[in-house]
Amino acid sequence: MSFQLFGFDDQDTWLHHLSGATKLLAFLGLSIIAMISYDARFLAAITIMSLILFKQAHITWRQIRLVTKFILFFSILNLLAVYVFSPEYGVHLYGTRHLILGSTGYFTLTQEQLFYELNLTLKYIVTVPLALIFLMTTNPSEFASSLNKVGLSYKVSYSVALALRYIPDVQSEYHQISLAQQARGYELSRKANLWQRLQGAGKILIPLVFASLDRIDTVSRAMELRRFGRYRKRTWYMGRDFHASDWLTLLATVLIIILGIALFKVNDGRFWNPFR
Amino acid sequence: MQKQSHRGLSIRTVVAIGIGAAIVFLLKRFGSVPTGVPNTNIDTSYGFLAFFASLFGPIAGFIIGFLGHMLNDLTYGTPWWTWVFTTGIFGGVIGLFWKRFDVEGGNFGVKKIVSFNVLQVITNLVAWVLLAPTLDILVYSEPANKVYLQGIVSGISNAISTGVIGTILLVIYAASRTKRGSLKRE
Repeated sequence: MSFQLFGFDDQDTWLHHLSGATKLLAFLGLSIIAMISYDARFLAAITIMSLILFKQAHITWRQIRLVTKFILFFSILNLLAVYVFSPEYGVHLYGTRHLILGSTGYFTLTQEQLFYELNLTLKYIVTVPLALIFLMTTNPSEFASSLNKVGLSYKVSYSVALALRYIPDVQSEYHQISLAQQARGYELSRKANLWQRLQGAGKILIPLVFASLDRIDTVSRAMELRRFGRYRKRTWYMGRDFHASDWLTLLATVLIIILGIALFKVNDGRFWNPFR
Repeated sequence: MQKQSHRGLSIRTVVAIGIGAAIVFLLKRFGSVPTGVPNTNIDTSYGFLAFFASLFGPIAGFIIGFLGHMLNDLTYGTPWWTWVFTTGIFGGVIGLFWKRFDVEGGNFGVKKIVSFNVLQVITNLVAWVLLAPTLDILVYSEPANKVYLQGIVSGISNAISTGVIGTILLVIYAASRTKRGSLKRE
């Protein structure tokens, strides 16, 4: 239960000094272009770049060990599922067929399939270092002010700030309720069967939800007393101005995105096809 | 002098979005119930999301779903945007009917339970069996049979989650409200 969400770790690197808005825009832009592109060279280049940035953010292996294992596990599972469901999908996509193993059966191994799955792997991992950098170098309060700066209404930005603020509180409440219900003798562990576990989930969820509804009333009254939402604009205590490094980062992001789009033209579509 | 604003989200909705998203995030992380079939969990967050959407409306429903799912995916490194978006749509669509269900009015009887469940089953199936896999094919170009099977499995499990947990929460909540029209002038 000790997994911390925004493992914000205040350090003194240039990535920590960037404004949250810059990091958010760069992350969104790169993750969207990486989502669309199927050019292995392009994806590999972004992956290498984000690994270099990762190094520069002074993030230690201990901080990301658990997450990395999770990601590896799910990626491998997904890659296997893709293969089991569609061993010939690469052939279908790339239009050629270079057989490595097998010939007539359902499970054949082709270069095209391997290449397609390599592309998928790159897509699964390409944004991971960026997301972790984003999580670990961005102060949550500053992040909310950045959302407002990039054009989201300040009320919604404030909701995001509240969500980040209350995750640890709701988490400890969840944990307390779970312990209390176990002390009363309800089985919530893996030993219980499906029906018992569903009931168990309800036994935690119902108190949690009603406690949270009370919390919503308390917090919103406090905000109302401080006249939240009265004006169209608000200022942010943690707000930060853009510096030269912010503009340079955004410029680099835009250039990478333009490169990605240019590659669509060069490759005649989203897929880079080395088999042709 | 700044202009005053009276439009937009109410303060209570702003707070509900924040805390709702925090709860969706936590339920996605800790509140999954394994069904016994490997890798298939009943995700209790959808029941909760449907409940909050019915209480606070479509905008709140969309943002709570989108934000909660996005934060959860972000900590795994790769937001799977198509599914994040679909979770938001699910919350938004359920939220569209909040005036009709009128849970605050303290009345959530058999008729409303039935129509809530018809609505949620249809929304879940359209969202997970049609929308999310189709977006996956368009955006991520994954094999169709894999994503549609994933979609069918999650559609069914999310409908169970919403049907059981969403209904229970709505009934209990409505019972805790004062019934509309329960006071009479003497």
